[in-house]
Amino acid sequence: MNEPLLSVENLRTYFYTGSAIARSVDGVSFSIGQGETLGIVGESGCGKSVTALSILRLIQQPGRIEAGSRIMFEGKDLVTLDDSAMRHVRGNRISMIFQEPMSALNPVFTVGDQVAEVARVHGTGSRRDAWARAVEMLTLTGIPAPGDRARQYPHQLSGGMRQRVLIAMALMMNPALIIADEPTTALDVTIQAQILDLLTDLQTRLGTSILMITHDLGVIAETASRVVVMYGGEVVEEAEVKQLFADAHHPYTEGLMNAMPQIGAGRERLNVIPGTVPPPTAWPSGCRFRDRCSFAWEMCEKEHPPLYQISAGHTSRCHLAVEPERRADPHLPLVEQVGATL
Amino acid sequence: MAAGVLTIIVVACLLAPLIAPHDPNHQLDIIRLQSRPPSADHPFGTDLFSRDVLSRVLYGGRLSLGVALLSTLVSVTLGTVYGAVAGYATGLKAVLLSRALDALLSVPRVLLLIAILAVWTTPPLRVFVIVLGATGWYALARLVRGQVLALRERDFVVSARALGASHSRILFRHILPNVVTPIVVAATLGIGQVIVLEAGLSFLGIGVRLPGASWGNMIQTGPYEFAAYWWISLFPALAIVLTVLVFNVLGDALLRVLQPRQTGTE
Repeated sequence: MNEPLLSVENLRTYFYTGSAIARSVDGVSFSIGQGETLGIVGESGCGKSVTALSILRLIQQPGRIEAGSRIMFEGKDLVTLDDSAMRHVRGNRISMIFQEPMSALNPVFTVGDQVAEVARVHGTGSRRDAWARAVEMLTLTGIPAPGDRARQYPHQLSGGMRQRVLIAMALMMNPALIIADEPTTALDVTIQAQILDLLTDLQTRLGTSILMITHDLGVIAETASRVVVMYGGEVVEEAEVKQLFADAHHPYTEGLMNAMPQIGAGRERLNVIPGTVPPPTAWPSGCRFRDRCSFAWEMCEKEHPPLYQISAGHTSRCHLAVEPERRADPHLPLVEQVGATL
Repeated sequence: MAAGVLTIIVVACLLAPLIAPHDPNHQLDIIRLQSRPPSADHPFGTDLFSRDVLSRVLYGGRLSLGVALLSTLVSVTLGTVYGAVAGYATGLKAVLLSRALDALLSVPRVLLLIAILAVWTTPPLRVFVIVLGATGWYALARLVRGQVLALRERDFVVSARALGASHSRILFRHILPNVVTPIVVAATLGIGQVIVLEAGLSFLGIGVRLPGASWGNMIQTGPYEFAAYWWISLFPALAIVLTVLVFNVLGDALLRVLQPRQTGTE
């Protein structure tokens, strides 16, 4: 692959809350190529949203991107960029689509004003040009009667419409990268499918790269070409989407797959991964997943697993890579054993 | 209803030179028209110096309303800007700005005003307006600060930052328009307060000085003889009560009308 568009290297974002330090993102690296869709998947609290916000440097006090983190984008390190240069990147070269189309729009302005505002912020063209471009973008996102819709307020639009408005805002400056943070979580399933189709369609037409952040492997399967699985503020597995679905290596990824409802599997109870994500202020020593893992052994407690190379383009942060025979010997995860003795 | 009454009051006061039957400061006839009760010629009566009370109420209203509106404008501007900045700031700046506001709020306003206005024997009207405005913005600043503080964390603000908007643009173009409703309501209610305050200060003799007419100093001339010449104090007092009442009703009505838009879009 040629030079990646965005390359995140050893990103660490910590939050200093009183006495404790929450290491929400702790040494994450990945890269996105030109026109590629990279998926980041993980459950709540794994650090995927903080990663997204870190790329645009939107982390607020008391959070901080630690020294040594690098976010290379179009030849610049976003971590050390000065504020005005960073503002030029935001919304212009990298834009973001938020999870809640309800609250991400300002209730007191028309949606057309808000889409046009992007161009106003970046100081291109007149008010009239900005408005014309806004209507054009709304048309592109498939909103019917975009000229009329543009004069409406957010509360007059449905959730799916609002999400289209947010996409129009993201496309306004023709960015090189769009970060979509759970863009479909707040929507109905049918609308979800429409929005995902829209995003992939726009991507092939405009050649934009997309960083798709979600907890839903189904969304990844539909949109992404490569996927990064995050757990405990770290990347635990990275692979091509097909490879991941065919041959997931990390027990956490397997757990996520098993937790998906299967068509034709009958009315069994859904499989769940036992336990919850440990708090980011106190990651366990060694492997951060070991408490919840049915293969964990002594090595997992002593040694923090590195990202093992499984095959070309496939890495996994699990010691099973060096002792694959243990996969034949699952046992109850630690949290379930503790639960049973209580 | 309230707006209608207010319009009548404001128009009447603005048109005072046209509709007032007499010159407010002209002593008509100190012998025959001293302290006459209301009559057809002088509906509100005449005062101790044989001046027409109706005319003085109209002219006084012009002054009282003018002072109230202008000083509210001053205090709304100061309060909004200070409150917005204090609410948007983070860290040490936020703490300092908020504590400074608390300190200002703890100073008794009337005493402060008396102290400041004591500098002039006759404070120029401009000074009076500015001083009233400059001492009246703390409560509004606190209100705006609270609102901005809450709005600052909303997704659309993060979204605006993600679009590359600068801090001042976010604060004044994205956040403040959401605070307009409480500001308008507070300003409307504030005008009523300032009218009363102005009247009180003028009554104490440190606001608008005689012989210029304001509602407050007109009441002042009456009380010594209230039992005998009740009309001298009663009509300006009624004017104050009516105007303040109208402003308060209007403020409440605005709150009711404008609030649904705020809550309806949650």
